[in-house]
Amino acid sequence: MFFTYLRRELRRRRKAALVVASGLALGIALVIVVDSVSAGMGKAQDKVLQSLYGLGTDMTVTKAASPTASASQRPRFQFDARDDSSDEEQSSDRVMVRGFQTLSTATVTRVGQQSGVADAVGGLSLQVVKVSGQFTRGRFQQDSSGGGPGTRGQQPGGEVQGGSAEFDVNNYAVYGTDVTEPALGPLTSSKITSGRTFRTSETDAKVAVADSAYAKEKSLKTGSTVTIKGVGFSVIGIATADSGDAAADLYIPLTQAQTLADAKDKVTTVYVKATDSQKIDSVKAAIQKNVSGTTVTTSADLADTVSGSLSTASSLAAGVGRWLSVVVLAAAFLVAGLLTSSAVSRRVREFGTLKALGWRSGRVTRQVVGEAVVNGLLGGALGIALGLAGAYAVTAVSPTLQAQLGGGAAGGGMSGPGGLGGPARQAAARTLDVALTAPVSLTTVALAVGLAVAGGLVAGAFGGWRASRLRPADALRRVE
Amino acid sequence: MYDLRNVTKRYTRGKDTVHALDGIDLTIPDGDRLVIQGPTGGGKSTLLQMLGGLDRPTSGEVVLDGTDLARLPEARLTRVRSESIGFVFQSFNLIPTLTAQENVETALVPLGVKAKERRERAAEALTSVGLGERLGHLPGEMSGGQQQRVAIARALVKQPKVLLADEPTGNLDEGMRDEVMDVLERMWKELGLTFVMVTHDSALARKAPRVATLRKGRITVKESALP
Repeated sequence: MFFTYLRRELRRRRKAALVVASGLALGIALVIVVDSVSAGMGKAQDKVLQSLYGLGTDMTVTKAASPTASASQRPRFQFDARDDSSDEEQSSDRVMVRGFQTLSTATVTRVGQQSGVADAVGGLSLQVVKVSGQFTRGRFQQDSSGGGPGTRGQQPGGEVQGGSAEFDVNNYAVYGTDVTEPALGPLTSSKITSGRTFRTSETDAKVAVADSAYAKEKSLKTGSTVTIKGVGFSVIGIATADSGDAAADLYIPLTQAQTLADAKDKVTTVYVKATDSQKIDSVKAAIQKNVSGTTVTTSADLADTVSGSLSTASSLAAGVGRWLSVVVLAAAFLVAGLLTSSAVSRRVREFGTLKALGWRSGRVTRQVVGEAVVNGLLGGALGIALGLAGAYAVTAVSPTLQAQLGGGAAGGGMSGPGGLGGPARQAAARTLDVALTAPVSLTTVALAVGLAVAGGLVAGAFGGWRASRLRPADALRRVE
Repeated sequence: MYDLRNVTKRYTRGKDTVHALDGIDLTIPDGDRLVIQGPTGGGKSTLLQMLGGLDRPTSGEVVLDGTDLARLPEARLTRVRSESIGFVFQSFNLIPTLTAQENVETALVPLGVKAKERRERAAEALTSVGLGERLGHLPGEMSGGQQQRVAIARALVKQPKVLLADEPTGNLDEGMRDEVMDVLERMWKELGLTFVMVTHDSALARKAPRVATLRKGRITVKESALP
């Protein structure tokens, strides 16, 4: 009888049921879209951070960079002029540690020993500036009018002619990676699209992995050779960054990088993985306390430095979107409640009759609540369909959001993305384009179903309360 | 058997107090057929509601088979209504979305009767009032007389001790009135019910063995000369 009565009543009051269900559907759809877009924002932000950090890294440890590079730290080049007839190209490259502030490899060990640290890996970030070209000497040309009356007794006249300088400057980033720990470090944010990555045995091998963008620019392929400071490295693989820019143009074994930069046992960044991702703050505190002179940067710290449209959209989703959902849902609940209550008012005689027949208040209330819950579930189903369609539309359109990182946001200790920040890196904001998606999780769908049931219960509570308070005599008297 | 002792019902409307029932003493033996008459606002329907346990008196006792309905907790009063009392209303009060059979079944729901038995008993009840062919019809598809017969079947399907009818023919034309009254009288005789009916119809009152008249909340009972 319960279901027969319920079904017939819902059919009779289709329009009211549709209004209630539509209101709830709108609210639930908004919740799904906002929730999924927020998840998409988070994912985009994670992507941005991963492109800098690498996968699996919870925090980085660096030494604070000096505010400006001193004159002695800037690269100096010296070339001798050659004869005009000489075609010989001169070349000179300088390998510098990015940021000019290094940590000893002992620090990596100390960080690794801290409580809550699962793994710690060091990396050395280098900047290579290579200048190559020709510098030819000028020639003195004697003045042909020399020896005339006016020039008697003077040195022969003339001028230096010719001579030129034609140089090319190649500036690129090299990253020394600990090949024995392939699971941590910036190379994890790239996929090997050609060739292979380092073998753990290649700790001191003259091999390199090139970023795909750099490889394309320099026409590098697997098997090519790149020369850094006179040392040839065989390109064993091409890596493509998952999103945004790669952390470096070339990756080489850490030991090789230390040799090139005359930075034996030095690293610029320690990549840290915590044993428990929920305890990152305590691990950070422990490192800061026990390893002095370092700056610890977590992904949360980095996320704070993200600005641009990604940040704006993220704030909008978290602020306006969430509140809008709450308001629409509250309004939908209220409208559903009022409509259910009003439906009870119109059915006073019906409920009065049922009570006269011996139906308990609880049974009448259950009937009203049941109808409202089914209404809510219909709204929920409609809302889930609408929400999924909305989320799908967002994913299909994939609006591009810009994330600006690091620029001016970090004071002192924030050494920038991936701990790769030297002054050069810090000074310029880094902009990444990220496509926004709206992934809908099962949790979101469960939340939507919960909201639908809650909406039905709220509406049913309004109506049920009225129905339970009906006294049969009053109900029958009111209509007769 | 009903035994009403000094039953009073007062309603307060603003500053005014209305005495709907004013010290009613009335005994209705089992199997009796009582017609209640009186002017509008005289307290007829209020008295019927007291008898049916739909309302409680301001003071006095409404005793049905030794139980004072006036002081019975709500749950037990509901139980008494579901088991012992059948109602027939002037406006039929059928549920418009349920078929004739389902409407009759609603009276068996609070008794916990299983669905199959409910359907069978409802069909029997409808057949007994001449609507065996109309089980699946909605109220809107039936005439007023047929709807009232469905309401009678609903009142009687649970085999109550008492049948209370509040102007059961008030909304019917003469032909339908006779049709419905024939059914009610037949049922009263067949089932041995205590039958109390409120009506304005003097023609119906003349056929009743006892007629109670309510004026301004006071009752007078007249025995009829009918056998």
